[in-house]
Amino acid sequence: MSISIYIPRDTTANARGADDIALLIEQSAERFDLNIKVIRNSSRGLYWLEPLVEVDTEAGRIAFGPVTEKDVSELFEQQFYMGQISHKLCLGLTEEIPFLKKQQRLTFARAGITEPLNLDDYLSHDGFKGLKKALSMNCQTIVDEVKGSGLRGRGGAAFPTGIKWQTVLDSSAEQKYVVCNADEGDSGTFSDRMILEGDPFVLIEGMCIAGIAVGATQGYIYIRSEYPLACDIFTQAIQTARQAGYLGSSICGTSHSFDIHVRVGAGAYICGEETSLLESLEGKRGMVRVKPPLPALSGLFGEPTVVNNVISLASVPVILDKGADYYEHYGQGRSRGTLPFQLAGNIKQSGLVELSFGHTLRELLEIFGQGTRTGKAIRAVQVGGPLGAYLPESLWDLPLDYELFSEAGAVLGHGGIVVFDDSINMTEMARYAMEFCALESCGKCTPCRIGSVRGVELIDKLLDSEQQDEREEHLNLLDELCDTMEEGSLCAMGGMTPFPVRSIFKYFAQDLDKS
Amino acid sequence: MFKLDTDELNKESNQNQENNQIKQIIEMSMKAFNGQPVVLLPILHELQNTMGYISETVITLLAEALNLSRADVYGVVSFYHDFRHTTPGKYIVHLCRAESCQAMGMNVLEQFTKQTLDIDYHQTTEDGMFSLEPVYCLGNCACSPSVKISNQVYSDMNPHKMKQLLDSLRVKTNRVDVL
Repeated sequence: MSISIYIPRDTTANARGADDIALLIEQSAERFDLNIKVIRNSSRGLYWLEPLVEVDTEAGRIAFGPVTEKDVSELFEQQFYMGQISHKLCLGLTEEIPFLKKQQRLTFARAGITEPLNLDDYLSHDGFKGLKKALSMNCQTIVDEVKGSGLRGRGGAAFPTGIKWQTVLDSSAEQKYVVCNADEGDSGTFSDRMILEGDPFVLIEGMCIAGIAVGATQGYIYIRSEYPLACDIFTQAIQTARQAGYLGSSICGTSHSFDIHVRVGAGAYICGEETSLLESLEGKRGMVRVKPPLPALSGLFGEPTVVNNVISLASVPVILDKGADYYEHYGQGRSRGTLPFQLAGNIKQSGLVELSFGHTLRELLEIFGQGTRTGKAIRAVQVGGPLGAYLPESLWDLPLDYELFSEAGAVLGHGGIVVFDDSINMTEMARYAMEFCALESCGKCTPCRIGSVRGVELIDKLLDSEQQDEREEHLNLLDELCDTMEEGSLCAMGGMTPFPVRSIFKYFAQDLDKS
Repeated sequence: MFKLDTDELNKESNQNQENNQIKQIIEMSMKAFNGQPVVLLPILHELQNTMGYISETVITLLAEALNLSRADVYGVVSFYHDFRHTTPGKYIVHLCRAESCQAMGMNVLEQFTKQTLDIDYHQTTEDGMFSLEPVYCLGNCACSPSVKISNQVYSDMNPHKMKQLLDSLRVKTNRVDVL
């Protein structure tokens, strides 16, 4: 009997040396003549422990991490491969690690368990069950199921997914499209990447169900070029799914047809905005379109198009498989189901935390994250990417819920949480927010294109000025500029850049004097 | 005089060879669309992967092949940060400037890297070894700060690790050159 040892193949795991560890373990096994099979699984998302090496035992998988090259010989000496738990890097049963045990993994049910490109592995872990159900239902029932689950766009806008699908279903056109937005550009987010690299078949399944539900036969996925491994793995997964009959002209032998094409972005943050993404897919400059018409009515190549984020689509299979009620049961208020939060920046225990809505930021930061990596106090937390507000400690008890965050002038967005310790100068972060908007604005509307440049200049002036009345003047002007950007911009880029800026002047005004 | 002529001839034949290569890549990429609408971005990626950057010639030939104006093609090329207008260094060093990496000391690493390589962003070292580019998120935010060199992401970076990494790439290249 061979011993199975799991080592993730994932960008972050590899960045921390997983490839080298896998090779070293294989070589050592050969040298000691041990029957060890190294399996490159997906990552559990317990990134501070990567490379996380797991040994399969009768009791379950036993974890060791973070394993460095110099630990390998000692691990072999202590027979870690026999499930010996004596080594100092042993973390016990993986499933019992509190960070993982406390989570509610629905969308990421297979994370760290399966091999990304192994179709049999996927099938034996509930894979394609949702699709099989969908194939036995009519379009309207599938859309009703998604509506009933309460699933909302996980890309950040939180628009009800089922309603979007209904609009496309109700429109008549010869060709409709499903477009998956995998242009995950927000700092502090990596959940899309984890699906693309770690569980690609679940996204293929979700896209397929969307196609069947709305009557679209063509799907496109727009993956950012900063994710080369994701592009590679997902492209291979499509080929495997096609060969196995899950994509193509007759899905699972039925009359339904659906196929997916991969398109790679080219480094423009704005292409994560849905209309800009459609322009880019059409091979043009990624300029934002004026809405209406909605993409659901006139999207890719002018045809009705479902544009959904990776996590939204990857959550569809479990909804179809286990039912809308099962998913809807999680969460609170109008925020149903789970959101994969991503703990990033200066945090001790970083990684993916899939939880139902309603928990608090403090739980994430203190119970899951265990404070900062530098050991200093947490000063500010940016939630929801570069367009999200910076939150001081007084707001950490706010439940994680779309509406409650919105009322507090904050956003949950794509669930990215970036932590800063007390060495950060927040005025510089306000300047950076404007600078980023100036760099990444598509240039179509004036408030965003010019407002962001003026914003950087104003903050620079503010930093330079010594006199109080001069400062007041700059601050007032900046406030007016933020109004203009919020109200006059075409899309969220210009419209939300004021969120982080305003939150800094509201909650961290004392940093202005430090500068 | 004679020498000058051969130089001219060589130059012309090199140019012809390059043009043919570009045309071939365009043709192959267009075929790969297999009935889907032909769009610019994937062809531009293919061309840059092979040629290293998007030259004026590429723009002209691509415009001809797709029946677009040169301005249309130039417009697309100039919109996206990925496309380069000059030959890059052997290694493109991408430093992540986004918030998560800033929270973990990217500003210090950025200064160090610029000083060590003696170049700013969008520049290439004199020996043609390194180009420096900013990037806004590599999705490696759980282990910031992040750096990417030729599709390999490096996590938890600091000036010391950066120096080791750059040195090892220099050594590797020199060794290959000697062989």
